[in-house]
Amino acid sequence: MNQRARLSLLVVQIFIFSLLVGLLGRLFYLQVAAGPKYRDAALSIQSRDVVTPATRGLIVDSSGVPLALNRVGIAVTVDRTKIDRQPDKGVAVLRSLATLLNLQYADIYQRTRLCGELPKGSRAGCWTGSRFQPIPITKEADPEIALRIVERSDQYPGVSATPVSIRNYPASAGVNGAHLLGYVGPLTDADLSGANGRSYFRSESIGKAGLEIQYDEYLRGMPGIKTVIVDRKEAVTSTSQNSKPIGGNHLVTSIDARVQASAESALADAVRRARASGYRSDGGAAVVMDIKNGQILALASYPTYDPNAFERGLTVAEAENLYSEAAGVPALSRALQGLFAPASTFKSVSVVAAANAGYDLNATYDCPSQVEVGTRTFQNFDSKAQGRISLKKALAISCDTIWYRIAFDEWLRDGGLKPKSNANDYFYTAAKGFQIGKKTGIDMPSESSGRLADRQWRKSWYEQNKDFYCNYKERAPKSQQTAFLLQLAYENCLDGDKIRAGDAVNFSIGQGDTVITPIKLAQMYAAIGNGGTIWKPTVAKAIVKTDGTVLKTFSPEKLGTIPANKETMKFLHSALREVVVSGTGAGVFSGFPLAISGKTGTAQVFGKNPNGSQKSDTSWFASYGPTEKPRFAVVMMVSQGGFGASTSGIGVRKIYETLLGVQGSKVVSAKIIFPSGIPPVGLPKISPATKVKEAK
Amino acid sequence: MSLASQRINYGRGSRRSIFAGFDPILTIAVALLLVIGTLLVYAATRNWYAANGLDPEYYLKRHVINIAIGSLLAWGTTVVDYRLLRAYTPILWAIGVLGLTAVLIPGIGDEVNGSKAWIGLPGGFQVQPAELAKISIIVGMSMILSERTHDTDSPQHTDVLQALVVAAIPVLLILSQPDMGTVFIIGIAVVTIIAVSGAPMRWVVGLILVAVIGSFAAVKVGVINDYQVKRLQAFVDPSADSQGSGYQLRQARITVGSGGLIGTGLFNGPQTNGRFVPEQQTDFIFTVAGEQLGFLGCGFILILYLTVLMRAFGIARKSNDPYGKLVCTGVIAWFAFQTFENIGMTLGMMPMTGVPLPFVSYGGSSMFATMIGFGLLQNVNARNRG
Repeated sequence: MNQRARLSLLVVQIFIFSLLVGLLGRLFYLQVAAGPKYRDAALSIQSRDVVTPATRGLIVDSSGVPLALNRVGIAVTVDRTKIDRQPDKGVAVLRSLATLLNLQYADIYQRTRLCGELPKGSRAGCWTGSRFQPIPITKEADPEIALRIVERSDQYPGVSATPVSIRNYPASAGVNGAHLLGYVGPLTDADLSGANGRSYFRSESIGKAGLEIQYDEYLRGMPGIKTVIVDRKEAVTSTSQNSKPIGGNHLVTSIDARVQASAESALADAVRRARASGYRSDGGAAVVMDIKNGQILALASYPTYDPNAFERGLTVAEAENLYSEAAGVPALSRALQGLFAPASTFKSVSVVAAANAGYDLNATYDCPSQVEVGTRTFQNFDSKAQGRISLKKALAISCDTIWYRIAFDEWLRDGGLKPKSNANDYFYTAAKGFQIGKKTGIDMPSESSGRLADRQWRKSWYEQNKDFYCNYKERAPKSQQTAFLLQLAYENCLDGDKIRAGDAVNFSIGQGDTVITPIKLAQMYAAIGNGGTIWKPTVAKAIVKTDGTVLKTFSPEKLGTIPANKETMKFLHSALREVVVSGTGAGVFSGFPLAISGKTGTAQVFGKNPNGSQKSDTSWFASYGPTEKPRFAVVMMVSQGGFGASTSGIGVRKIYETLLGVQGSKVVSAKIIFPSGIPPVGLPKISPATKVKEAK
Repeated sequence: MSLASQRINYGRGSRRSIFAGFDPILTIAVALLLVIGTLLVYAATRNWYAANGLDPEYYLKRHVINIAIGSLLAWGTTVVDYRLLRAYTPILWAIGVLGLTAVLIPGIGDEVNGSKAWIGLPGGFQVQPAELAKISIIVGMSMILSERTHDTDSPQHTDVLQALVVAAIPVLLILSQPDMGTVFIIGIAVVTIIAVSGAPMRWVVGLILVAVIGSFAAVKVGVINDYQVKRLQAFVDPSADSQGSGYQLRQARITVGSGGLIGTGLFNGPQTNGRFVPEQQTDFIFTVAGEQLGFLGCGFILILYLTVLMRAFGIARKSNDPYGKLVCTGVIAWFAFQTFENIGMTLGMMPMTGVPLPFVSYGGSSMFATMIGFGLLQNVNARNRG
């Protein structure tokens, strides 16, 4: 044996020794250093959570009438992981299922596709959940058909029928409430990833809109979880954890089912009436609010949809219709998301501005047919001259020219096109005082904030658009190169960052770039009605546990005060009453046995409809009543609905009729919704069986 | 040492006791590995077999029988003087080559996991000739490299060439099964034997180069099967093939990692009992140790291997007979790299190949071969003293 061989043996020995030490090091890393990570990974491989969904809490109105409850239905579900393994990817199964359920194959096909599988633009009705959970085709299957599926399971591989709890909107008193209540649906991957900070289980449902999403965390309850340990064949080997489902809490709202139903039908009726008069009338909203605390009694939007359609199973047509422009986008909640120029309803704000600017509210002013503002002529609404009239009368008959003059004078005083650094800006300040341009803060999702077109807004608008207007000829499509639009673009490029005289006078009568939502206008008129307090609108009154104990109550929240002194408030009250007595609202309220105060609004809308026709005016009616002891604010808006009074005014009157028990020209005391004059203060007993009290 | 005294040592008469000359520490370490292996094979199979209505002790019983036969083979290997074995080496080698040829003949060879490595026998038994070929290569090469035809202390080029031919024929047959894991282990054993034989270093360096270039070429040209390329890819990027090899490697790592410091306790592992790792009584048996015995248990097993190997080095060093020394070296290289490859694969350090864990994995052929290897070590040890 030579020396080299001996050395080689030693080298081999050291090498092998270090290999084994290397293994030990790797082992230490895997088991000790990274052990917890791998333990978690192992747990997710071995354990399966069997989730028993909790019964969702009820949503009830202020007297306990259920607006949303649960029913037992039979779900026919399709397991994608199984049908995809069929040679034809499940086409035959889905076809025979379509025949059995008397549905269109295309609808079933669409319903069982994950949204990501479909091209953008044709995803309506797709499955927002995951591939790994059974996809319901319908949750309201005929028991006999369900039985047939179960009995002949070999003919329907991957299809099963099981009883499930389904969300049901019972239409108490005829309430639709789609935009108010919302609906529930499957969890999305974003929900599951914990995007909103909560953890969910795949098979759960989640609120998708309205109150269902706003108060989901209370309504959902805690699902029962049984964690089982499975083997590779998914056979259960043991149970490691078991918790019973805890039912969701109930939501008591300030809604009154009867008022809500009345608001919905009055709104639909107003839309129908406007259409009969030749207006396009593509949508509308109605809000009824308790002016003493901001609680919402009714919140309606038109067009609407059937909230029960989601559990029944949407057809492709139904799903597309929800967002279809031609159908007026029924999914849109116009009460909270519809943005429209407030028109003459804004004059209440202008009154406050004028008073603060020192104008005498009790003086008389000239109301000519038109006013020259700079180089432009601004017409009165109906181009009529009214002579010298009191400001009160001006408000009642909705004279515009008085406001043009005041606004123009104030604009000049503030420096005109060269604004002073300490401009008074009475109109903008008053509008800010009414919190225009800010959300009302209602406890509902997706509220729009509206827009206050003041100097600051103008500047930021200009920054975003000057490039377009200053290069209008190159940027704008040929069809928009009319002489008028070219001139407008030229002006916008020149001094679009400044408030021009035209902007200032338009602002004073609620036209131009300032837009608000119907709920905002209700909040504003509630504040006028209650003497100046701006309340945060609320729908929820309390969260009540299944055993009846109160978990949480929502107290009214004061957001601010209208910047008007007592004198101004007094003037506003009398002027708004005058509107209904002798002004633009007199006709629609003639013969009404109770005093109501309000203001009409008819807003010009620029732009065109999809069919090319010029857009019609927005019809507004904002009110509070009864005038002597005001308690309710009622606002209605019908977009492209024509005149404020004839369309929305009549709608508002109908809502008051229900609310105050008016039949014809008499008050029928048995018909008054709140006999004591005020909505219920306490909380009702909650039972799914509670019936609507029919006032007769 | 005279010729006469040598002759006395050859016969049966020299046997004082059947355990005479055994290295006690080596013996105890191997015995402990066998016991642990038995428990792990049982732990790997009992729940799954019981849950599927089969005999939960099916594998346990067969494993114990394998150990019994293996022990007899080890004892048999020990009692016959290894220098006498030299005479039978050509026969042993020829049987190995015959077996390796037979597996390639359709109808005789059984294909498992893409490899034709098995010969089916009546009664559900299978033998894997490659396992026995390892022994014949080690013994054959050692014989050639230790014979001194010239008056030199170290082997000449012709000796090395002869030795390589002895190794190359079975290796080529194993390559065509294909069983890359076994080829890898034999290759390392061959290089190690040549290095320790005192042959010119050029050979060692050259062989390593040939191995590296050869494996690259094999992947490129496509000699290696598709599934082997996938296994290699899965090693480089475990997410590449999440259902096949990548899945197995991931599951193996998770199972070992989930054991933590002290493990879930013998027979208690949900990963093992749920049978999420495939082949867990054979190639992936270390995952069972990882989950159920934890770092402490696995560390103990590694120390046992280290003990076996370091004792074997001691035996090799003490041996004054070049043949015995080379046989020992070959067995060490075989055990060490097979252990490293197997555990390394389980821990994600080595690509996936189907090699069993010596003394621990279930499987007759492997058990018999390793026990014979163990017997060879004891044999050399015994003759060192005698």
